[in-house]
Amino acid sequence: MTMNERKTIDLEQGWEFMQKGITKLKNILEGLPEPQFSSEDYMMLYTTIYNMYTQKPPHDYSQQLYDKYRESFEEYITSSVLPSLREKHDEFMLRELVKRWTNHKVMVRWLSRFFHYLNRYFIARRSLPPLNEVGLTCFRELVYQEVNAKVRDAVISLIDQEREAAYYSRKAANWIVDDSCPDYMLKAEECLKREKDRVSNYLHSSSEPKLLEKVQHELLSVWANRLLDKEHSGCHALLRDDKVEDLSRMFRLFSKIPRGLDPVSSTFKQHVTAEGTALVKLAEDAASTKKAEKRDVVGLQEQVFVRKVIELHDKYLAYMNDCFQNHTLFHKVLKEAFEAFCNKGVAGSSSAELLATFCDNILKKGGSEKLSDEAIEETLEKVVKLLAYISDKDLFAEFYRKKLARRLLFDKSANDDHERSILTKLKQQCGGQFTSKMEGMVTDLTLARENQTNFEEYLSNNRNANPGIDLTVTVLTTGFWPSYKSFDLNLPAEMIKCVEVFRDFYQTKTKHRKLTWMYSLGTCNLIGKFEPKTMELIVTTYQASALLLFNSSDRLSYSEIMIQLNLTDDDVVRLLHSLSCAKYKILNKEPNTKTISSTDQFEFNSKFTDKMRRIKIPLPPVDEKKKVIEDVDKDRRYAIDASIVRIMKSRKVLGHQQLVMECVEQLGRMFKPDFKVIKKRIEDLITRDYLERDKDNPNMFRYLA
Amino acid sequence: MMRRSASKKAGQPNSTNSINFSPSDLFRTASSRASSKEMERIDNLFHSYANRSLGMIDPEGIETLCSDMEVDHTDVRILMLAWKMKAEKQGYFTLEEWRRGMKALRADTVSKLRKALPELEKEVKRPSNFEDFYSYSFCYCLTEEKQKSIDIESICQLLDLVLGSHFRAQVDYFIEYLKIQSDYKVINMDQWMGFFRFCNEISFPDFSSYNPDLAWPLILDNFVEWMQSKQT
Repeated sequence: MTMNERKTIDLEQGWEFMQKGITKLKNILEGLPEPQFSSEDYMMLYTTIYNMYTQKPPHDYSQQLYDKYRESFEEYITSSVLPSLREKHDEFMLRELVKRWTNHKVMVRWLSRFFHYLNRYFIARRSLPPLNEVGLTCFRELVYQEVNAKVRDAVISLIDQEREAAYYSRKAANWIVDDSCPDYMLKAEECLKREKDRVSNYLHSSSEPKLLEKVQHELLSVWANRLLDKEHSGCHALLRDDKVEDLSRMFRLFSKIPRGLDPVSSTFKQHVTAEGTALVKLAEDAASTKKAEKRDVVGLQEQVFVRKVIELHDKYLAYMNDCFQNHTLFHKVLKEAFEAFCNKGVAGSSSAELLATFCDNILKKGGSEKLSDEAIEETLEKVVKLLAYISDKDLFAEFYRKKLARRLLFDKSANDDHERSILTKLKQQCGGQFTSKMEGMVTDLTLARENQTNFEEYLSNNRNANPGIDLTVTVLTTGFWPSYKSFDLNLPAEMIKCVEVFRDFYQTKTKHRKLTWMYSLGTCNLIGKFEPKTMELIVTTYQASALLLFNSSDRLSYSEIMIQLNLTDDDVVRLLHSLSCAKYKILNKEPNTKTISSTDQFEFNSKFTDKMRRIKIPLPPVDEKKKVIEDVDKDRRYAIDASIVRIMKSRKVLGHQQLVMECVEQLGRMFKPDFKVIKKRIEDLITRDYLERDKDNPNMFRYLA
Repeated sequence: MMRRSASKKAGQPNSTNSINFSPSDLFRTASSRASSKEMERIDNLFHSYANRSLGMIDPEGIETLCSDMEVDHTDVRILMLAWKMKAEKQGYFTLEEWRRGMKALRADTVSKLRKALPELEKEVKRPSNFEDFYSYSFCYCLTEEKQKSIDIESICQLLDLVLGSHFRAQVDYFIEYLKIQSDYKVINMDQWMGFFRFCNEISFPDFSSYNPDLAWPLILDNFVEWMQSKQT
């Protein structure tokens, strides 16, 4: 093709072609997937410009091309570069700026090459700025004008941060050696406050967090461990010395640095655990000096122990508020710490038992805790909170129930409202199932009183139904009350009549229920005609039965008494001891030793007297501890069985470890099942054909419908 | 042989009843005659040991059989024989069971039976059969109806008998443990099979691969604990 035969390119056409090339260039700069310019691409673009420039008028488009060259930059800057700069700040903005400037230079270089022919003749002829300069000027006028203030600020802020960091780094290195932890923290707090003020005064607000972060890092993060571990003034020491204010400052400062609270909370946990464990040891040591025969009884030291644990709890709950802004991490470690030591027993008594006994002492008449109503309520509230840390909640429930029964049946309960109040609190904390039986017991007593009224009415309406003595019967609903071993005590004749009369009365009320008499729980008021003066003795039914034997015999041997009463050795020894070797010697014992032996002889002590007209002769209760633990273990076996069956019924097939895990979770509210016990229950259930081991995978179990 | 059976049988090989008579038919009939002869011998042998009124071989009969075979009646090979017969009741063999076992062992006389024992032993010891034999031996000892477990004393004997030659050390130590522990008075099938798995899978005596958090029977957890406390 010769020059003359060249086809004329009109402006629109030609520019459209150029635009494609410019767009390709922009894509490359923006990082879009775009292949690089080939030599051919370049030649075509260059030639298009050349042709448009060298065409004969009116198709020589030199001025237009020059303008369009400039416009290309303006368009790109306005539509892409400026928006991307505007949305960024500080350091990010600076980075973007550098990137855009670099891109711009590339764009200038390439476009200059395409439009190069203009540079050779057009520009010189018209004395216009060369293409290069045009490109750069666009950037200056559009970009620099707009961002230069922001850029300055950002750069200054960066410089400042570096300077501050270095400054504080040096300061901190000195302080950490010389200052105690509280002093160091005061200085750190001061510094941070100062920096905050300074920044808000003359730096862009977006610089503040970054700057403070740097300062915090230099002052706190770098030295955190050394600071906290300072022997005489670090975290541990502050906790030891109850420095609430310093601890609050520590919390404030360290909560701002990443994971700064971890070491603080961990030291806190260690501290609380150690304090609690020390209390346990204290109680153990005091208990070990107890006399041998009192070893199983929860004594004064254990009471003191519970009190002290409550105080410890109060103290650190206050810390939650005062020092640690109720932060969840601290609540969590507090819980873990208390769980760690609260589940250690003292002197052979589990913590469950200790808490139950503590409650008993508050709630019973003449208990060792003499407190106002308000104080009682408060203390009960606190005890219930401690229960949350005990893993054997079911054991607590059983001990509590046993003691509640004693209080209710022997009229030892000091205040009905308190009894109900603690049940409400227990219900809130542990659920309705926990307290349902106990509530039943309290209700039973109310019903029993009603029933007694009916009984007395019946007696007055039936002259021939006469028990001969004043009789009060309390009818209990079996399921609610703890199980008691019932013995077939041989009742004295007078009491036999009572039982018969009441039985007849009860038959008139209902024929569907069976009465089982628990003589071990009864009390009796006896009139004792002693020589000095007649006295009233308040004794248990067992004691009364023994004493009444002496109405027909002057002297009885141990074995005679045992045979006549039809009780076990344990019971006979206990009751004879209470009548002949304790505070009130109603019976004389031969030989006059301090313990009961099976060869002893007993006689009515006609010379007995006391300054009171009416005395209560206590019969110490049988140690319930063993039975309670046995009963709870039995209940746990059932509970575990039920839980396993429930889980397997719904899952059908389950791996061993998964089964154990779910079982532990299900039962966790009441107790922590032992892994070995769970295994044994699984094996038992396999024997009873509830489950089977999978044939192919011995670690899986299948439910057998 | 053929001639004898031919003279006893009603049907002659070249009877006019069968028109299309081929050599293979001749052979088949003869071998079925041979097997029915064998069956007769097997049955006769059974009856020679069986208790007439019961209709089966009882413990006394087995004892006689054993002495004829010159094998002690407490020998494990008798248990293997019972397994081969799939005998259900310990100390007794029914006719069906007898037939089953003897046919499988290709024995119709006492001497053939005795000669078949080494082969039987090998067969039982093959891994594909042994587990089945091991589990069978437990069931075989459940003599009472509804009985599911076996007392410790008997288990110790059974373990020694059945597993002793395979896992001498494990069996000896486990027997020692069983005798001194008091958690379990009887062993059930699950524990029995568990021990077999234990011997096969767990390295002895280091137990390094044993994990009590898995579903191993509790008695094995306790056994490992006991062993480990002895070793320290």
